[in-house]
Amino acid sequence: MDLLDFARGPAINVAMAVMVFGVLWRLFAILFLGKAPDRTVPRMGTPGPLGAALREIARRMVPHPTFAFAERFSFFNGWVFHVGLAVVVFGFRPHVLFIKNLTGLSWPTLPSGVVYVVGAITLVSLAAALVRRLTNPVQRFISGLDDYFSWVVTILPVITGLVAVGHVGARYETLLAIHILSIAVLLIWLPFGKLFHAFLVFVSRGTTGAFLARRGV
Amino acid sequence: MADQKTLGERLAEHGVSRRAFVKYASWLGSLMALPPATSRAMAAELAKAKRQSVIWLSFQECTGCTEAITRSKGPTLEDLIFDFISLDYHHTLQAVSGEAIEEARHAAMKENKGKYVVIVDGSVPMKDGGIYSTTAGHSNYDTLMETVKDAFAVISVGTCAAFGGIPKANPNPTGAVSIGDLVKDKPVINIPGCPPIPEAMTGTVAYLLSFGKVPELDHLGRPKAFFGENIHDRCYRRPFYERGQFARGFDDEGARNGWCLYEVGCKGPTTYNACATMKWNGGVSFPIQSGHGCLGCSEPDFWDKGGFYVPLSASIGPTAKLVGGAALAGAVAGVAAAAVARHRKSSLNKG
Repeated sequence: MDLLDFARGPAINVAMAVMVFGVLWRLFAILFLGKAPDRTVPRMGTPGPLGAALREIARRMVPHPTFAFAERFSFFNGWVFHVGLAVVVFGFRPHVLFIKNLTGLSWPTLPSGVVYVVGAITLVSLAAALVRRLTNPVQRFISGLDDYFSWVVTILPVITGLVAVGHVGARYETLLAIHILSIAVLLIWLPFGKLFHAFLVFVSRGTTGAFLARRGV
Repeated sequence: MADQKTLGERLAEHGVSRRAFVKYASWLGSLMALPPATSRAMAAELAKAKRQSVIWLSFQECTGCTEAITRSKGPTLEDLIFDFISLDYHHTLQAVSGEAIEEARHAAMKENKGKYVVIVDGSVPMKDGGIYSTTAGHSNYDTLMETVKDAFAVISVGTCAAFGGIPKANPNPTGAVSIGDLVKDKPVINIPGCPPIPEAMTGTVAYLLSFGKVPELDHLGRPKAFFGENIHDRCYRRPFYERGQFARGFDDEGARNGWCLYEVGCKGPTTYNACATMKWNGGVSFPIQSGHGCLGCSEPDFWDKGGFYVPLSASIGPTAKLVGGAALAGAVAGVAAAAVARHRKSSLNKG
């Protein structure tokens, strides 16, 4: 078994199993936890829980006007690398084929050249996010190992993917194997660190919105 | 066996002019990325070369490699060079049989000690004492080791000889191994392919005849001249890959338009061979041009790479079962964790 066989076989399979186990474990543990019944009377004229949840999710897509200027970099840069990652993951044909092979789901994709450009922009954006974290006193103060490790495992697949399509530094099969292994590390870490926000971000924002709406906030 | 005529003289007898021969040497030189001066030296040395004794051993194989070489488009200079070598032993092509041919092999080994070249196609079975393939009452292993003992070099022709090939594919019932796994004290040149490109073999033989040394090899023992670049990089369908235009079946719009075959499992990006540049049958076509993805036949264990029609980016192995099991276990663990937390909370409230 060569490195690529290992990456495409045991490594990615175990990584996916760990990711799925971890995600469902954490999600079910949270969703089935239950909550104490809210005995307060809802404010008149407030939307129902679902409407409030959706409103809050939409509202938090942009910063509050009070903080818009101060948060302009985080807001803009955050959108760039999140959308960039989505385009690279879901817009590149070989990536979709990975998903299709597992689930049977497929959709039209972008020209490879477009994805390469988006990948490069995403890489720069992620690098800028780290610079910001290191140079901003507040961000640096509140950052821990989880933040830095999550950044590393996120940027590694982007770097290794670009290196693989560019055939830089080694034979393609080696670069592809390294790329897949970097994704395996990302998948394994995903449920256990801050990257889990990928699954919780809308749940937590929606829950907060429903909770606050009942009180007229 | 004994023939004192040079290759130049033999070619002249076949009506091949010196000019045509120099052109061939230049073509071969450029194909092998040799400098111009070396190509001229190659032409001179090749013309002076004496008949090379070659012993061809066939082990666990399908004879496809021999078929490919002998049925290559002809008559060509490659054929004439192939004719020029003294093929002292070859199961498919030899006229005699039995003890006579075994004697011929021994005589060739004795007469050309240290100078003859051994070409092998097929893998060697090692399980159960190698009984799964024998010739003249001897196991392939015994025949191989006896024959290569005094050889100048060994050429493993085809993927079975070079890497074990299909006989070595899981579950490898005969314990098949490659020639390189057994021969450690002689130069072993691998010319893999199922079958290999004839020009890659004759080119390598021509290089050996010209310079008396082994050409530059890659990490898998393959001449870099023929196996130095991957098929994807030289594929005429590469622009469609870059545009994101893929055939999704063998009879859809993409297939009819000649789009990239990555999605239907083409292994071109990880396969190193000269198919896309030299092609087959006198440069007529190659598998991808004929509408089928590359199988990766010049790579080790190509039969066990997860399926010919599975895209390179897809996972291989029991992914669905593993992920399904993990999903079930994760859901149960999550519900159990929530139940434990609720129970504790309830106990605290009561307490």
